[in-house]
Amino acid sequence: MSHTTEYAETAPPSDGGAAPAASGRPRGTPPPPTSWRSRLYRWDTKASPYAFIAPFFLFFGAFGLFPLIYTGWSSLHNVQLANLDSQTWVGLDNYANLIRSDFFWTALENTFAIGVISTVPQLLMAIGIAHLLNYKLRGSTFWRVTMLAPYATSVAAATLVFTLLYSWDGGAINWLLHFAGIDPVNWRESIWGSKFAVSSIVIWRWTGYNALIYLAAMQAVPADLYESAAIDGASRWEQFRHVTVPMLRPTILFTVVVSTIGATQLFGEPLLFGGNSGSKGGADHQFQTLGLYMYDQGWVIGNLGKASAIAWAMFLILLVIAAINMLVARRLRKD
Amino acid sequence: MRTSIRGSRRLVAFAVVAALTTGLLAGCAEDSDGGSSNASSGGGDSDGRITLTVGTFGVFGYKQAGLYDEYMKLHPNINIKENVTERNDVYYPKLLTRLQAGSGADDVQAIEIANITEVVQTQADKFEDLSKAGGYDKSRWLDWKTEQATAKDGKLVALGADIGPMAICYRKDLFEKAGLPTDREELSRRWAGNWDEYVDLGKQYMKKAPDGTKFVDSAAGVYNAVISGSKDRYYGTDGQPDYEKSAGRKLAWDTSMKVATSTMSAKLKQFDKPWDQAFANGRFATVSCPPWMLGYIEQKAGAAGRGKWDVAAAPSSAAWGGSFVGVPSQGRHKDEAIKLATWLTAPEQQAKVFAKQGTFPSTPSAYAKLKVQPDTDTYFGQAPLAQIFSDAAKTIPIATYGVKDQQIGSAITDIGVLQVEQQGKSPAQGWSSAVKEIKDVLGE
Repeated sequence: MSHTTEYAETAPPSDGGAAPAASGRPRGTPPPPTSWRSRLYRWDTKASPYAFIAPFFLFFGAFGLFPLIYTGWSSLHNVQLANLDSQTWVGLDNYANLIRSDFFWTALENTFAIGVISTVPQLLMAIGIAHLLNYKLRGSTFWRVTMLAPYATSVAAATLVFTLLYSWDGGAINWLLHFAGIDPVNWRESIWGSKFAVSSIVIWRWTGYNALIYLAAMQAVPADLYESAAIDGASRWEQFRHVTVPMLRPTILFTVVVSTIGATQLFGEPLLFGGNSGSKGGADHQFQTLGLYMYDQGWVIGNLGKASAIAWAMFLILLVIAAINMLVARRLRKD
Repeated sequence: MRTSIRGSRRLVAFAVVAALTTGLLAGCAEDSDGGSSNASSGGGDSDGRITLTVGTFGVFGYKQAGLYDEYMKLHPNINIKENVTERNDVYYPKLLTRLQAGSGADDVQAIEIANITEVVQTQADKFEDLSKAGGYDKSRWLDWKTEQATAKDGKLVALGADIGPMAICYRKDLFEKAGLPTDREELSRRWAGNWDEYVDLGKQYMKKAPDGTKFVDSAAGVYNAVISGSKDRYYGTDGQPDYEKSAGRKLAWDTSMKVATSTMSAKLKQFDKPWDQAFANGRFATVSCPPWMLGYIEQKAGAAGRGKWDVAAAPSSAAWGGSFVGVPSQGRHKDEAIKLATWLTAPEQQAKVFAKQGTFPSTPSAYAKLKVQPDTDTYFGQAPLAQIFSDAAKTIPIATYGVKDQQIGSAITDIGVLQVEQQGKSPAQGWSSAVKEIKDVLGE
C-alpha cells in the first residue's frame, strides 16, 4: 500500500495498491482499469524502445536491405543503362553468363591474389609495429599519429603518388631498380608487377590502422603475464609468441575479417592505378578486381543486369568467407 | 509527481526521437532531391529571374569565353549556372539515369560525339526537337554533324557544338636533329592521304633519333587518328556491328600495329600522367592533335616547348571528339533553354569559344572569321591553325557511328593495341583479345 501515494498522480486513488508498474502484479492484485494516461504509459514503455531503434532499421531498410534486394531483382533481368524502362526477365542468364566469362574468373583470381599479397604482409607488419610501439618509447604519441597518417590520406591522393612512383618511364622505383642492374619494369602492364603495385598501395594505407588496433589490444594484456613469463626466463621473442599473440587472437581474427572484406571490395586503388580507362584493370585485365569488373560492366559498358549479378556474386562470396571464418573462430575457441 | 514528470520526459524523448527520425528522413529526401534540383532548376526564380543550368563535361569553354555573362547581359531575366563533370565516362551514365528518371537533368545538356548515336537511338523521346525552334537554320552546320544528331523520324535531338578536325602536331627541333624535313607544307604533302608515309617517316626518324626521344606518343593515338578519318568504323549502315570486316577499322589496326611493333612509339597511354610528363620532357616528336588538344599541349609542354612545336595537316581528314547540346524535355524552362542552346551554338559564339579555348566550330560560316588566340599562334610557330583545321573540317568523311562505338573503340585501343605495344604480344593475339572484349561489350 505504500506505493499508493507514489503513483497517486498516475493511477486513480480508488485502485489502492494496484500500481501499473510490473512489480505490483505478482502480488495478485488485479490489473487496474485503464485510464488513457496509464494506457499511454504502458504503450510508451512497450513502444519507445522500438522507436529508439527504429532509425537504424529505417536507414538500414532504405539504404541497405532495399538496394540489396533490388540488385538481386535486377540481376535476374536484362537491364541496360540506356534503356532502364524496359527490363526483361532473363532468369539466371546473367549468372550463367558470368560463369562462362573468362573475365569474371580472372577478376575473381585477381581479387584473391591481390587480397592475399596485400593482407598477409599488412597484418604481419602491423603486429610487429604494434609490438614495437608497445615498448616505452620517447614521443610515443608522435609515432602513433605517424602510423595513422596513411590511413587518413585519401585513396586518390595516395594512388596518384604511387602511380607516379611505379611509372614505367622515369618512375622512382624503376630508377632505384636500375642501381641494382634491373631493367625497367612496366609495372602496370605486367601480370604480377601490377598486382604487387596495387597491393603495395593497400599495404601502405592500412598497416598503420591495423597496428593501432593491435596496439590497443596489447595494452589490455595484463602486465603480470609478461612479468611471470620473464621470471620463467622467457625472452622478448618468446614473450611475444607465447603471451602477446595468444592474447591477441580475437583481435587478429577481427582484423582478418575486416581486411578480407576490404580486399573483396577493392576498387579505388586499381581503378586509379589503371589511369585512363582504368576500369579494365590493364590490357590483359591483369589487375581488374571484382569491384572493377562490376563497375566496368555496369557503368562503362552499360549492362546493369550483369553488373547486379556480379554484385550478388560478390555478396555470396563474402557469405562463404564469413562462414569459413566462423568455423575457424569456433575451432580457435575450442583450442 | 515524480513519475508524471518521468513519464512526460519519456514522451518528450519519444517525440524528439520521432521528430529527429522524420527530420532526418525528410532531410535525406530533401537532400537527394536537392542534389538533382540543384542540378535542374535550382529554384533561383525568387527574384523573378529564371535560372538555367547547363551540364557539361571537361572544359567546354562557354564560361571561359564569357558566353554566359554575355547572354545574361542580353537577357537580364536569365541566370545561367554551369554544372561541370570532369570526365565524360562519369558524366554520361549520370545523364542517362537522370533522363530516364525524368528528373535531375540540366536544362541544357552536352553530349559527346561517341555517345550521340546511343542518345539518338534510345533517348530521343526525352529531348526537345530543336529543329522546330524559332531561328533554327540547318545551313549553319556541317551536314554530317546535324545528321548524327537526327533521329529516324527526323527529330533533331541536339545541336552541333564543336568538332575535332585533326592535324599532326610535331616538334620541329627534333625533326631537324633527326634529319627530317621541318616545313609543315612539305610534311603534309609528303604524307597526304597515306598513313604509311607517316610510318616510314617514323622509321627514318628512329635511325637518327635524338637521345631518349621517339617518333610518336602511342600506337593507340595513331589508331585513333586513322579510324577517325574513316567512313566505316565499327557499325554498318544497317546499325549492325561489322568491326571485323570494316575497311576503316582494318586500316587503322594495321597502321597502329606497324607502330606498336616498331621502336618508334614512346608507348604511352594518352591522358595519363606519364603522357603529360613526356610532353614536358619532350620525349616524342609527333602527336595527332585536334584543336582542343593545342591548349593541352601548351599547358603540359610549358614554356620550354614554345616555338618548338608546329602543326601540319594530317594524312587524312579526321574528326576526333566533338560534342552536341540538347534540351531535355523534363526541364521547367524548355523554351528559354532552347533559346540558350541555339544561341550558344550559333557561328559567332562558336568562333568566340575557338578564340578562347581552341574548340573548333561545327558551323562553316564561322571559319572565315576565326581568330586564333595570339598566344597559341606563336606557341605553335605561327602555324595558320584556323586554315589547317578548317580545311580538314570541310573534308571530314561522313562516318557511321553505332550504339556502342565508344566502348568498342576503347576495347581495341585499351586492350588490343596496348597488349601488343606494352605487353609484347603478337598483333594476332592482340586482335583476338580485342574481339573477345568487344563480344563482351556487345553481350554476345
